[in-house]
Amino acid sequence: MSPHLILQVVAKLLIPLIVVFGFYVQFHGEYGPGGGFQAGVIIAVAVILYALIFGIDAARRTVPPVVVRFGAALGVLIFAGVGVATLFMNGAGEPLNYLDYDALHPDQGHHTGQHYGIILIEIGVLTTVASVMLAIFYAFAGRVPDIPDEEW
Amino acid sequence: MQFLADFLPAGVAMHAPALIVVIPLITAAVAALMPNGRVAWIVALVTAAAVALLSLNLLGQVAVEGVISYHMGGWAPPLGIEYRVDMLNVALLLLVGFVGLLCVFYALPSVADEIAENKQALFYSAFLVCFTGLLGVTITGDAFNVFVFLEISSISTYVLIAMGAGKDRRALTASYNYLILGTIGATFFVIGVGFLYMATGTLNMADMAEILAENGHNRVSQAAFAFIVVGLGLKAAMFPLHVWLPNAYAFAPNFVTAFLASTATKVAFYALIRFLFSVFHPDVSFVEMSFVWLFAVVGTVAMVVASLQAVFQTDARRLLAYSSVAQVGYMMLGLGMGTASGLSAGLLHLMNHALMKGALFMALGAFALNFGVRRIKDLAGMGKTMPASAMAFTIAGLSLVGVPLTVGFTSKWYLVTAALERGWWWAVAALMLSSLLALAYVARLLSAIWMDSPPTHHGELTQRRLAPWMVLVPMSILALANIYFFFHADPLVWLARSAAEAVMGGS
Repeated sequence: MSPHLILQVVAKLLIPLIVVFGFYVQFHGEYGPGGGFQAGVIIAVAVILYALIFGIDAARRTVPPVVVRFGAALGVLIFAGVGVATLFMNGAGEPLNYLDYDALHPDQGHHTGQHYGIILIEIGVLTTVASVMLAIFYAFAGRVPDIPDEEW
Repeated sequence: MQFLADFLPAGVAMHAPALIVVIPLITAAVAALMPNGRVAWIVALVTAAAVALLSLNLLGQVAVEGVISYHMGGWAPPLGIEYRVDMLNVALLLLVGFVGLLCVFYALPSVADEIAENKQALFYSAFLVCFTGLLGVTITGDAFNVFVFLEISSISTYVLIAMGAGKDRRALTASYNYLILGTIGATFFVIGVGFLYMATGTLNMADMAEILAENGHNRVSQAAFAFIVVGLGLKAAMFPLHVWLPNAYAFAPNFVTAFLASTATKVAFYALIRFLFSVFHPDVSFVEMSFVWLFAVVGTVAMVVASLQAVFQTDARRLLAYSSVAQVGYMMLGLGMGTASGLSAGLLHLMNHALMKGALFMALGAFALNFGVRRIKDLAGMGKTMPASAMAFTIAGLSLVGVPLTVGFTSKWYLVTAALERGWWWAVAALMLSSLLALAYVARLLSAIWMDSPPTHHGELTQRRLAPWMVLVPMSILALANIYFFFHADPLVWLARSAAEAVMGGS
C-alpha cells in the first residue's frame, strides 16, 4: 500500500474541483474579477498538484511536454487570430480595425460581438498561461542535477 | 514616394501599422511549432521580408499623407491604444525591418553551428518575439504600451543571449546580469510612466504632451522625467549604465549580437527621443538643462572613456561592444545639442552605426563560424584565409573610424557641423579624440587580420576557407551600404532630417 494513500485520495477528489473552479474563473472573468490569466494559472495548478502527489512522470504521461509546447503557441495564435479575423469580417460593410470585436457579430445594440471577442481571446490567454506555467514547472522539476546527490 | 504608398493592396496598406507588429507575433507562435530549425528559419525569413515591405509601405504613406494614427480595436485615443507613425518612427521601423531581414538571412549557417538542433525552432521563435517587441516599441503611441513591448523584447533578448551557452557558459551569467539590470531599467521606466499618469491622467503620449503643455510641470512630472531617462538610458546602454552590454554582446550567439547591436539599443534610444521631444517639450527648462548638462556631457565622456576601454580588450566582440557604447555617446551628444541639426546628426549616426556594426559583427561571426575564433590575436591572418569576410570587416571598420568614402565620415561630419553651429568647440575636440581612439582599436583588429600570418597547423599554413554564401551576401550588402550611402547620402540624410523635424515641430 502506498504511503501517500490519503494524499492521493484527497488529491483525486480535489483536482476535478480545481479544474471546474478554473473554468468558473475563466467564464466569469467577463463580468467579475477573473479572466484567462487567473484561470490558466488555476488549471495549471491542478496538473502541478497531480505531479506533486503522483510523481512528475505520471504528470508527463497525462499532459505531455509536446502538448504544453503546442498549447503555448496555440493560445497566442487564438488571440492574434481573433484580431486577424476581425480584419476580414468587416462588420456592417465598413472595414474595422485590428481586434475590433464588433466585427464578430452583427448585433451592435447588445454589443454581442464584444462578448464573443472577449471570451475568445480569454480562451487564448488561458491556453497560453496554463501551458507556460506547466512548461516552467516541467523545466524545473525535470532538471537533473549536474552532480548526482550520491557523489557529493 | 507615391509608389511606396501604393504598392501594397489597399486593405493591407490600411492595416499596415497593426500588421507590422501582428505578423511577427503570429509567426513567432508558428515558428515554435515547427519540427526543425530550417523550417522555422524559413518562417522567420518570410516574416522579416513581410515586415521590411510593410515598413517601406508605411514610409510611403507617411511621406505622402503625413502622420498615421491607427486605433487598436476601434477604440479612439486617448482611451484606446493608438499606433502612431510619423517620420521619426518610420525611420526606425525601416532600420529594424531591413537589418532584421539581412540578419535573418545570415542566421541559418550561424545558428546551425551554435544552437543545439532541438532548440533551433524555439530559438527562432524567441527571435521573432524580440522582433515583435522592438517593432511594437517603435510604432506605439501609448506610453504603457511602450513598456509592455520593451519588456517583450527584453525578456526574449535574455533568452537569446543565454542561448550562447552552447559555446561558452559565460553567456548564462552575461544574460543574468542583463536580466537584473534590464528589469531595473524597465521598473524605473514604468515608475516614470506611472508618475506621468498621475500628473496627466492619460497614457496616450500625444495627449500627455498636450496636458503637460497646458498645466505646466510640477514635481511629479519632473520625477517622471528622471525615472524615464534612467530607465530608458539603461536599455539604451547610455554611459555609465552600459555595464550589461559588453558581456551580453560578447557571449551571445553571433547572429543575436549582430541583430541586437544594430537594433535593440537604437530602439531604446528612439523611445528616449520620443519622450524627451514629444511628451516633454525641449523648451521646458529642466528638459533643456538635461540636454546640455546630462546628455551632452555624458555622451562626450562615453565617447572618450568607452573608446579607451575598447582599446584594451582582448576579445574581439567585447571590443566592438565597448565601441558600441562609445557610439551611443555620439548619438547622445547629437541629442544633447537640442537643435534640429544636432538631433538629425544623431539619428543619422544611429542609422549608419547600424550599418557598420551589423557588418562588423557578421564578419566576426563568419570568422567564428569557420575557425571558432573569438580573441583578437586569433584573428591573425584572416586576410589570407578568409579574404572576402576580412574585406567586409575592413570596410565597416574604417567606417567606424570615420574615414572618408564611408558613411562613418558622413555622420561625423554632420555631428561636427551641428556642434560648430552651437559653438561647442570642446565637443568637436572630443569627437576628434574619440575618432583617434577608434582608429587605435580598429587598427588593432585590422593589423591582426592583414599583417599577421595565418596560424600553422601541423607545420602547414591554414588553408583559405570561404564563408557560406548565406553569410557573405548579407555581410557584403551591409559593408557596401557603408560606401554606397557615402556617395548617395541624400536618402539617409533626408530620413534623419525629416525625423528630427517631425519631433522638433519643423524648426
